[in-house]
Amino acid sequence: MQNQEEINRLKNIVQDLLDEAKSQGASAAEAGLSQENGLSVSARLGDVETIEHHCGQGLGITVYFGQHKGSSSTSDLSPASIKEAVSAACSIARYTNADEYSGLPEQERLATEFPDLDLNHSWDLSVEAAIKLAIECENAARSYHAEISNSEGASVNTHQGIHVMGNSLGFLQGYQSTRHSLSCSVLAQRGDSMQRDYWYSVSRNAQNLESAVSIGNKAAERALRRLAGRSLSTRQCPVLYSAEIASGLLSSFIGAISGGNLYRKSSFLLDAIDSQVFPEFVHIHEQPHLIGALGSAAYDGEGVATHERDIVSAGVLRSYVLSTYSARKLGLHSTGNAGGVRNLTIDSGTLDFQGMLKQLGTGLLVTELMGQGVNMVTGDYSRGAAGFWVENGEILYPVEEITIAGNLKDMLKNIVAVGNDVEYRGNVRTGSILVERMSIAGE
Amino acid sequence: MKLLNLVKQAILTPVGIQDGDIEKIMSRLLSSPVDAADIYFQSSHTESWVIEGGIIKEGSYNIEQGAGVRAVSGEKTGFAYSDRIELPVLLEAANNVKSIVRQGQEAQVGLKQAVNWPQYYPIANPLKSLSDQQKIELLRRVDTETRKLDSRIEEVIVSLVSAHESILVANQDGSLAADIRPLVRMNVTVIVEEKGHREQGSMGGGGRSDYSYFIDQDRALEYGKEAVRQALVNLEAEDAPAGNMTVVLGPGWPGILLHEAIGHGLEGDFNRKGTSAFSGRVGERVASDLCTVVDDGTLQGRRGSLSIDDEGTPTEKTVLIENGILKGYMQDKLNARLMGVKSTGNGRRESYASLPMPRMTNTYMLAGQHHPEDIIRSVKKGLYAKNFAGGQVDITSGKFVFSASEAYLIENGKITRAIKGATLIGNGPDVLTKVSMVGNDLELDSGVGTCGKDGQSVPVGVGQPTLKIDGLTVGGTSV
Ligand SMILES: [Zn+2]
Repeated sequence: MQNQEEINRLKNIVQDLLDEAKSQGASAAEAGLSQENGLSVSARLGDVETIEHHCGQGLGITVYFGQHKGSSSTSDLSPASIKEAVSAACSIARYTNADEYSGLPEQERLATEFPDLDLNHSWDLSVEAAIKLAIECENAARSYHAEISNSEGASVNTHQGIHVMGNSLGFLQGYQSTRHSLSCSVLAQRGDSMQRDYWYSVSRNAQNLESAVSIGNKAAERALRRLAGRSLSTRQCPVLYSAEIASGLLSSFIGAISGGNLYRKSSFLLDAIDSQVFPEFVHIHEQPHLIGALGSAAYDGEGVATHERDIVSAGVLRSYVLSTYSARKLGLHSTGNAGGVRNLTIDSGTLDFQGMLKQLGTGLLVTELMGQGVNMVTGDYSRGAAGFWVENGEILYPVEEITIAGNLKDMLKNIVAVGNDVEYRGNVRTGSILVERMSIAGE
Repeated sequence: MKLLNLVKQAILTPVGIQDGDIEKIMSRLLSSPVDAADIYFQSSHTESWVIEGGIIKEGSYNIEQGAGVRAVSGEKTGFAYSDRIELPVLLEAANNVKSIVRQGQEAQVGLKQAVNWPQYYPIANPLKSLSDQQKIELLRRVDTETRKLDSRIEEVIVSLVSAHESILVANQDGSLAADIRPLVRMNVTVIVEEKGHREQGSMGGGGRSDYSYFIDQDRALEYGKEAVRQALVNLEAEDAPAGNMTVVLGPGWPGILLHEAIGHGLEGDFNRKGTSAFSGRVGERVASDLCTVVDDGTLQGRRGSLSIDDEGTPTEKTVLIENGILKGYMQDKLNARLMGVKSTGNGRRESYASLPMPRMTNTYMLAGQHHPEDIIRSVKKGLYAKNFAGGQVDITSGKFVFSASEAYLIENGKITRAIKGATLIGNGPDVLTKVSMVGNDLELDSGVGTCGKDGQSVPVGVGQPTLKIDGLTVGGTSV
């Protein structure tokens, strides 16, 4: 149930803000307002550790004087601060240069349909119940095995927010949404080897969260399986990205076809539209209207309508990821991606995780990546990794303190298979991804 | 105290909160038998300007203010915050927070006279240190001068950011501590192209100062030169080798290795909980005897410096490792109390909306005896890492990684070819035991570091002299 009264109150503030901008001389303006409330409770070693009550708000405004732009934001919604924020944005616009590409979206691209995407499910959770849940989750992890030696605790989070945005073209919309999560992180120890790992579940509807016991058990299992890891000698071999980290590979790809990197020519996929970027079997699409999904929204950060669409089909790049500004810089139209992609999905093949291991044969299963070693300009990729060494489809032993390296352009082209072990927790939905060959560096 | 009054005027006066109101909120917090409680008020003003494609493209101004209320009992913490600094809201927050412990009696708290502590930066508002017109002219000048440096330059992006933040902490003993924190930063990114091959270089700096910092010693123009130099080096760079080899780290920013590999593992919370690879190792050897590492919040005007931390504790120069022996951890109040030591002034928080934790300030290794040239000369085959893009650590397993943004091969005691895409990986507790030479050229970084922990970002500094490490894994593509 949407709190229409509160949404309307915030809409009025946004409208006042837009009116104020106009009265200060702006020829166009855009404003957004968010209000969030939440509760986070964590438990460690069987007792409550922190109880955090969240209550935050913020508004941002962008004004245009012709093609001159200025922005400001404030967490203080008093009339005086709102006025100050608008004046600051207007003052800035006097100093920025005219940019022929800047400005609001074209009227006809603004969203006009606002389907109920089922994003709002309040969780009537008392502090006591939250503590109980966190303790249950952590207990499941700690009692899982004798080698679970310590804990960073389990935590329960529930957040509800209202997001309103409007612009001087008459767009004024708002909706309420929720996000709940349960997570657990524990340590395992055997001799000198100490390892930590975690598991979590997140959903817009608390009823869809994985059970506390299951989350605890998985966290424990993941920490245990890393014990007594070794390095590998330097070599080249196939690499299987587990589903929960494969999304990073796709995010790098999305970065390379995003407007900002394209018009700055700092992408390894410049002018790659209509060319073969992936093998033929790869199909990647965006599903912004999925019911109840974490990434769903009827419009993007500028009010532009979002659409279900193909980004890659038959391995060929069909569309970039653009906001209004970056689209104009490139002589194209916005793809409704101000603020990023929504529910990006790569179609799965027929293999489950075990099948993917078999397909990997002998090589590296990567379950964790560290560091930022991705160069968007060149596609050079070199990151710290941990995972498992696999021979003949069987996991042999944990591996740590290695790096995996390659060039993203080649890595994307050399994807061998995408598993059906799909990870649904994030904004990118993918199964595990097998890359034909990468360089491993170790001892 | 003048500073305290200034901060009260900046945060409390506009919202009509008086000393008596703070006493009321604190009394409410202390009506349960808590071990510690604090109220944190914050107000910050931030601006940023960007020139790109030769035009002043963006400018923004941000106002952030609010208050956080915390009560601690044993290992338990109750916390609430609000952007509305209003008495009823904060009393309600105090009610929510103190429920962490059972009900007690109404307590009375009286605010005390504040004591003085040293200031390590000026309090003037950096946003006002130049007129808007002058800020624009500075950006234009950097853009124009940088573009002149080489015909292969395709794009120059310069950003200028500054913040003026006031904080006030009221503690359960009735003490008030206040701080006014300026912070400025400039960054220049350059994209170069030659025969269809593009590379990028980046350089920036800043500190707790005002905009004159970038004009003094022509720093702003130097950032441009340095960004171009790095981008051009990368044009020539070859694929990085892979495998275990001797690595020489340059002075200054490569001190991020200390921050990642050692620093995080020495934060009090992880050690109190026993989750760090360094837990329980005080008094043990964790580095070669050439290594002495400190965390120092007291450096004048540095990006990571703080006069007081976010719990009102004056910062210190804390010795973490002395001649290779682990001396102690960085502490906030909660973890210090639970470990039976004193806070080292490392309790920091991103804002009123998040809980304080032990965090680093400026972390660096003291200078040693060797001339940097002698260190390079001593290496037959290895890697010289001059600059890094960033890193990450798993404090439990101790494994760390970071990416070199500028690196060279060392062959027969000489720096030879530039290489690209090198990632270094190692084990935190081991890496400093392999330090075999320490240079006499200690440098602190130029003031660009931001550290993330549990989703909270805070500005930090790093530094070190030239270091030789016997054996680190280098991850490249050329096998
Ligand atoms: Zn850090």
